[in-house]
Amino acid sequence: MEHRITTPITTEVTKTLHSGDYCYISGEIYVARDAAHGRMNEALNKGEELPIPIENCTIYYMGPSPARPGRLIGSAGPTTASRMDKYAPRLLDLGMKAMIGKGKRTPEVIDAIVRNRGVYFAAVGGAGALLSKCIKSSEIVCYDDLGAEAIRKLYVEDFPVIVVVDSEGNNLYETAIKEFSQI
Amino acid sequence: MKNLQTTIIRDTVKEMCIQANHYLSEDMNLALKKAVDTEQSALGKKILNQLQENLDIADKEKIPICQDTGMAVFFVEVGQELHIEGGLLTDAINEGVRLGYTEGYLRKSVVGDPIERVNTGDNTPAIIHYDIVSGDKLKITLAPKGFGSENMSRIFMLKPADGIEGVKEAILTAVKDAGPNACPPMVVGVGIGGTFEKSALMAKQALTREFSKRPDIPWVKELEDEMLEKINKLGIGPGGLGGTTTALAVNINTYATHIAGLPVAVNICCHVNRHITREL
Repeated sequence: MEHRITTPITTEVTKTLHSGDYCYISGEIYVARDAAHGRMNEALNKGEELPIPIENCTIYYMGPSPARPGRLIGSAGPTTASRMDKYAPRLLDLGMKAMIGKGKRTPEVIDAIVRNRGVYFAAVGGAGALLSKCIKSSEIVCYDDLGAEAIRKLYVEDFPVIVVVDSEGNNLYETAIKEFSQI
Repeated sequence: MKNLQTTIIRDTVKEMCIQANHYLSEDMNLALKKAVDTEQSALGKKILNQLQENLDIADKEKIPICQDTGMAVFFVEVGQELHIEGGLLTDAINEGVRLGYTEGYLRKSVVGDPIERVNTGDNTPAIIHYDIVSGDKLKITLAPKGFGSENMSRIFMLKPADGIEGVKEAILTAVKDAGPNACPPMVVGVGIGGTFEKSALMAKQALTREFSKRPDIPWVKELEDEMLEKINKLGIGPGGLGGTTTALAVNINTYATHIAGLPVAVNICCHVNRHITREL
């Protein structure tokens, strides 16, 4: 099934999405990867506010290549989500609703997705040139010193993703492989 | 004795970094195109078509194929009749990487220390493997390596009694564990034999071998064919979302080893298997 969805992605939306569905996302999303997650976690440990509004937030795990002059951004495909598994349950419990990345998640993250009625989307890994065309604005929000790992706010239009883990915990990486396995 | 200036080496390396991150080699392009026709899953086919579109955009608009423009890995063959002038060869290669990654708008993905993790800002240092060969040429192969797939690579120190069945099991285990994380369809580089580090080096170098160049040793060639077929029956598919195209190729290199050992290294590369060679 195909969906066109607009951020913020709320529980009203996530409950209509099922593992294997194809979605086109439009609206504001935030970009953060390894180092930015480390810093956000430290901020929370110190009792500080997060630098982004976390309620119904969508986080894209990505670190772009530099923009050429006159361009908004460089290549901008997903990075491996499992490196953020240590931090994702805490952010989901604080209100984050959706994650975009690629690759497997731990049972702890999947439990947190179900507990919070969230969703984990995959974008096509290694298609960074194609995906960059869906990005209509990009600004650095904080942690500028981290370079490619700074937190960004993007405005995307029809950004193509696939629901991997839905709000009920169904996992496409497990079901799809079974369907095509011949061993 | 032939003389070669380091400035020429630097400029060649710079151009190679930019070229490798925007265009794939002919054999990779061909294998990816062929996969669109043979893939059985509808979603898998859709993803493979997106990869075609991605390569097209990268080429026409000069956007790197993937944002992870990699750590620059070099295999350098230095002819022993060659004399290099104007400074150290290693410095010239690193300077070429620095210029290529900064002037070419490629991502700087290297941190200077594995624990302190401060970005070096210019993607140096490169990883350089030298080989002294006959003649007076300098042959440089660059393979910018992304870490989504690098992180899923493995070494197995098997026992001689594990034999070829143990080798097959090791390769399948590495590919299964890598699954969607390694951005399939992947290219699987394997090194069998040697020592701990020699097997890893062979696995990495195997990724740079053109698909049409097949091993001379019959059992190695057969093993490549068998493993490619088995891997594509795992069901992982494009993007790990199910399908019949999990690997585009399995390239295996072998070497002599110790009576007590059977090292097997599996270096996995994503579908953006970048490599480029220049001879000076």
